[in-house]
Parts: sequence; C-alpha cells; structure tokens
Amino acid sequence: MLKKSFVGIIKPRLEYQPLTGSISEPILIPPPSTARLLVEGPVEERDTSLFSEGDPITAGQPLRHSGQTDAYAVATVSGTVGTISAYTGDFGKVFTAVTLLRSEEKTEQPDPVVSTPPSLDTALAHLKHLPGTLPLEKFTDQTKPIHTIVIYGGDNDILVTTNQYIVKARTTVLEHGVVSLKQITGVDRIVLAVPGEAVQTFGHLEAEVKKVDMAYPSAFPQMILHTVLGQTLPAGKSCEDLGFCFVTAEAVASLGEAYKTGHYPVRKLITVINKAEKQQLVSAVIGTPLSDIFQQLGITVQDGDRIIVGGPMTGSAVYLEDYPVMPDTSAVVVQDKDAIALVSDYPCINCGECVRTCPVYVPINMLVRLLEAGLYEEAADQYDLYSCIGCGLCSFICPSKIPIYQFIRLAKYELERMKSAEETNESS
Amino acid sequence: MNPRKKFIVSHAPFWHNGSNIPERSYHTLLAALPAVVVGLHYWGMAAVAVVSLSISSAILWELAINKVTKKTVTIGDGNAALIGLLFAMLLPATTPWWAVLTGTFVAVVLGKQIFGGIGGNSFSPVVLSVAMLSISWPHLFDFDGMLVNYDLDFVMVYPLAAVKHFGAGTAADFSFGDLLTGRQVGGIGATFGLGLIAGGIYLIVRGFIRWEISISFLAGIFVAALIFNLIDPTRWAGPMFHLLTGYTLVGAFFLATDDSSSPVNFVPMLIYGAAGGVLTVLIRSIGAFEDGVIYAVLVINLVQPLLDKIRPKALGKVV
Repeated sequence: MLKKSFVGIIKPRLEYQPLTGSISEPILIPPPSTARLLVEGPVEERDTSLFSEGDPITAGQPLRHSGQTDAYAVATVSGTVGTISAYTGDFGKVFTAVTLLRSEEKTEQPDPVVSTPPSLDTALAHLKHLPGTLPLEKFTDQTKPIHTIVIYGGDNDILVTTNQYIVKARTTVLEHGVVSLKQITGVDRIVLAVPGEAVQTFGHLEAEVKKVDMAYPSAFPQMILHTVLGQTLPAGKSCEDLGFCFVTAEAVASLGEAYKTGHYPVRKLITVINKAEKQQLVSAVIGTPLSDIFQQLGITVQDGDRIIVGGPMTGSAVYLEDYPVMPDTSAVVVQDKDAIALVSDYPCINCGECVRTCPVYVPINMLVRLLEAGLYEEAADQYDLYSCIGCGLCSFICPSKIPIYQFIRLAKYELERMKSAEETNESS
Repeated sequence: MNPRKKFIVSHAPFWHNGSNIPERSYHTLLAALPAVVVGLHYWGMAAVAVVSLSISSAILWELAINKVTKKTVTIGDGNAALIGLLFAMLLPATTPWWAVLTGTFVAVVLGKQIFGGIGGNSFSPVVLSVAMLSISWPHLFDFDGMLVNYDLDFVMVYPLAAVKHFGAGTAADFSFGDLLTGRQVGGIGATFGLGLIAGGIYLIVRGFIRWEISISFLAGIFVAALIFNLIDPTRWAGPMFHLLTGYTLVGAFFLATDDSSSPVNFVPMLIYGAAGGVLTVLIRSIGAFEDGVIYAVLVINLVQPLLDKIRPKALGKVV
C-alpha cells in the first residue's frame, strides 16, 4: 500500500502500472466443476418455464430468468443447472444465483449466433456479457445517438493490467473486434485510448489512437473525455448523453474472438493482486468461484481478510469466498486482515488535503459536512456532488480516515431513490 | 459443509496513505520544541512550571469534557497537548498558576470543545484564549512588568513595547542576532526566531501546515511594515524588526495555520495570510496594542469561511 511520502508538501501521485518488458502468459485456471452465474433480478420473479434445476445447458447459451426483463447471463460451461438461489450485492441489488454443474463431454459445435453476420439485435440478445462486458444497450437509445466509441486499452484502477495485456498480446482479435463493433453499432468513429508511451504500435487498427496519462485517475471516462477528447462532461450527465460510449479493450477483443472463431469466448482475464501486492494475470472461465483461483495461486484467505472484486481504489468487497468471476471482473485483490486500513468516525479537521487532491475540484471539506448531516440535496446544489467521478482519492488521503467516497455514493444513491419515488408519485 | 469464513467488507477505496491526526499533532509539537527549549533555558524553572502546567491542564480539561459529555476520549490525538504547549509558548514565564489553568480552560473548553471538538472550532483555540485573558488581565501580558525580576545579559525590554512608546529609534537596540537566538523579552516559546523558523520549515516540508498561509502572513507583515517604515522611519520600525519580534513567527507557523480555522483553497490561503500580516502591522503601528498578531489572527479566522468561497470551478459544473 502506498504510504504518504516523508516530504508531505508534494501531492501524492498514484500511478497506473505500465505493463512493460516481456509479457508472461496468464495462468490458466481449469474450468470449474461448478460455475456460478448471477442474473440481475429477484429470484421470486423467476419464470420457471425458462429453465429449472436439472435442465441441460450448453456453453454460450443465454439464461433468462424472467420474460419481463432483458437481463440474462450466458452459460460458460456445458452441463446441467444445479441450484437456483438469491444473492444480494452492493446497495441491496438483488440477483438470481444459478449454479451450473459441468459435465465432462465437450461440445465443439459452433455457436449459432456468432456464426451469422453481426447485427445489433442478435448481439444484444447474446453478447452483452462477453468477457469485459459490452454495453450494447447504450446503442439502442434513439434519443442519445452514439457517434464515438472509445476503446480504453488500460484499466481504471491502479495495479490492474488486464486490458493492457489484451492490447499488447491479443492484437489480432482486437483488430477483428473493432471491425465487428463497427458493423454491429454502425458507429464510424472509434478512438483507441492507450496508457502511456506505446502509441506508435497501433497504426494498423481502424481507429484513432490517443495517449492517456499514467497518473491516477486519468483513465476514468470523464477524465479521458476531458483531457484527451477535449469535452467536459456536465455534472450529472453520462458520457452517452454527449454521444460517447466507453468500452474496454477486452470486450472488443472478446467480440473479435467470437466472430473470428465462431465460438462464444468464456474465459475472462483477471489481474489477481495477492496479500503482498504482487500481481498475477490469470485466465478463468466466467463463473469460476474465486476460491478456485486462490487455490491455484496458493493464496490462503482467513477470517478477517478482505476480498475485493475490482481494483484497490474502486472495487467492491465481497463476503463470499465462492463469489464467481463475473464478465466485468478485471481484478481481484486479497488483503490481509492486518493490512486493512480502517475508517473512523473522527470529524473533518479541515486540513484541505482532499480539496487539493481532487481531480475535478469538488470542495470536499464542505461537501462531507453536509453529507454527514444527510443534507444530500443541498450538497448536490451547492457543493458539486455530481461532479465527483468516484476515484476515491479523498478517502485515500484523509487524515481523519473519513469514508468520504462512501458518503458520496450513499448520497447519490439516496438522491436517485428520492427522484424515482417522486416520479412514481407523479405518474400515479 | 465448512463453516463459512467471515471476511471484512467495506467500501472503496481499500487503500489509505496512512496519514492520521495524532501524527499531525505530535509533529507540530516536535516542531515547536526547539523554540520552547531555548525559552526554558533563558527563563528557567518558572517557565518549566508554566509549560508543564499548561500542557497537563489542557489534556485534563479535554479529558474532563470528554467524560462530562460522554464522548470518546480524544486526548490521544495530541491536539489538547498541542493547544497546551502553544498556549504556554505565548505566556511570560512568571504567569501565575490560576491564569494558566483559566487559559487552558478557555482554549480547550470554550475554544474547541464547545464547537464540537477538533475540527469544529472557528477560531484558533490558543489565540482565542490569549485574547480573552489579555483583555481580562492586561497586566499578565505586560512582558516588561511580568519579567521585571529577570536580569539576563541582553536588553531586558519587550521590543514591541519599546518601539511603541519610545519611537522606532529604540529598534536599533535589538540586534537581529539577539532576536533570532531568543535573546529578547517575550513569551516563553515566542522569542527564539531560528527555532520557530526551523520548526515552521519542517512542518511545511512534511505537509502538516500549508506554506501558502505562513509565507503570505510573513510577506504581509514585511510589506506593510516596509510601507510604514518608508513613510516615517522615526515613528515606525523596519520590516525585519517586525518579523522577528512579538508573536510574529509563532503566529505565522503555529497559530494562523490551525487547520479548522484556516482556508483550504489556494487563493483564499494567500489572502488569509496576507490579511493577517497586514492587520498585525496595522494594530502594532496605529492600534492601541503593542502586538497585533492575536487580534489579526482572530479577524482572519472570522473571515475564513467567506474567503473559502473563492474556489476553482468544479469540473463539469453547469451554471
């Protein structure tokens, strides 16, 4: 964990880690005997006619748990459906957890969808949860037409090198993916943003190549828009409102692989960061329980440790060792219980470190006072709550150890809830 | 089935740079120590008694208020000890015990805890306390009167009083060497210029105080004193004299920089410091008091929330 430097007058600068030198192959984790998938939506609303326990399943088959929603997950192993249960994630988000029991016989038949020419409709119904996740639903909103797709060839969070590896080692499928993505979405302008120095090597891609700074949080979509593309995202708007859609390099590479080989890619690349903060790239089938990966890498987890899905600055802690690898799991961090920095209920001492480190100039010292008092609307009106891009640097440096970013997310969540409640009241 | 392991779940970010409040307090104490030690050397056991009583009573007041209000005990963060030490640094060595106790009570209880404890105070607790005591018992802060029984081998006159009452010509009696090395009449920890500067630089380099405030405070004093001095050198002493006497250095590095009562944005910090410096010289030159640091700091503390409205526009702000 990066500590404050002795010379404290220098602003702390967290750097993304460049992937340089000879790139070693990721460790291959064998397919799990039991894979676990999470489908968005409560288990109670499940339409049992769609699939039920004991049904045979083939890899690449989408699993919809209800006819009401578009939510689905894609089976990544062939076998039978095991148990179906409920799972609750961050902010009370509910999922239906489905276990798949893998059978040994292999199915080598080509996937029916990716064998046909690419189209948005088939891709939407089948390819949203490719390794890396492809946000295809963002191309369906006619009111917000997308004119530029930004492929980011690096990772949001520090220490994570998943997408950098894809850009360096899987260029052919990436190239193929760019072509397929253009066909599916009909968007002509593709920008490939890559971290650091390696700009020259991408001349063959049908995309504009741009360089992104190595200082955290330059790789956040809002920051790339601002510094690389010269567009400032108005507070509270999304990149799609401006016509930009951000996708990860891994998703594009997976798309390319799918159409190139005719098989649905099931393996996700993950940067695993162990207790000694050493990184290891692994390739695991989506749905593999994290415990399988830990076992393979010799990582032991005990009571009181922390397992984080995502990077050390922006990830989310999970409470199950068996939490599955998800299509968007770019990193897994394991922290020893002695290395965990705890938060405190100490008040803000107004030292201003947060204000001076905030990349988007949010007056956090004032904001946190309002948020602590639960004055969320005032915070949004007066102190730029919606400008926050969620990098977590304020919490990282706070001497009082206030969970500032947690307050900010809670405030955004509560405001969202209030807004939807008001809308329901108006319509009824 | 194995019993399920229990993991710690919490919110992002999962890293912290390790900074904390005790670290800030203890390093500020450390930075103040050279000035205090030299003061103790000149003023002897009486000063030791004042410093000891001040620190210990400040801690005890904090503990008492923690207990009375049934809050977590916060004396471990070192802030109470820091208040005690800074308060003692401003006192003459012969301050009676009851004044020290009253002073630390005002600083810790009225100056800080009433506002909700650390971070809630809108005035520097030490400055507030000295201001209240110096109004209530002006003779306690009359350094010439209080230290009349000392006869050390340097000019035994409080420099600021001398120039106030006998004209700027008396400033020549005090050599810069004496002023820098603590050979002047004043508060226990406020006289050793070199030590205060070294402590201030240490705090700035370590990032515990904001250089913008200290430097602009000193610059404000320098410029304002220079202007006065140029207008009439016989009435008003030069800028270097003002920088090295009274509470100037302790004010610039330890009082004006109090976290919760000072601004956090760049431009406000500069205005805040400069305003403090200019006010100090104004009070010293044309005001009723010999030293102006205390009231200058109180005034800039007061305008701090207003100053902090000057801030960079947040990225993506739509107005």
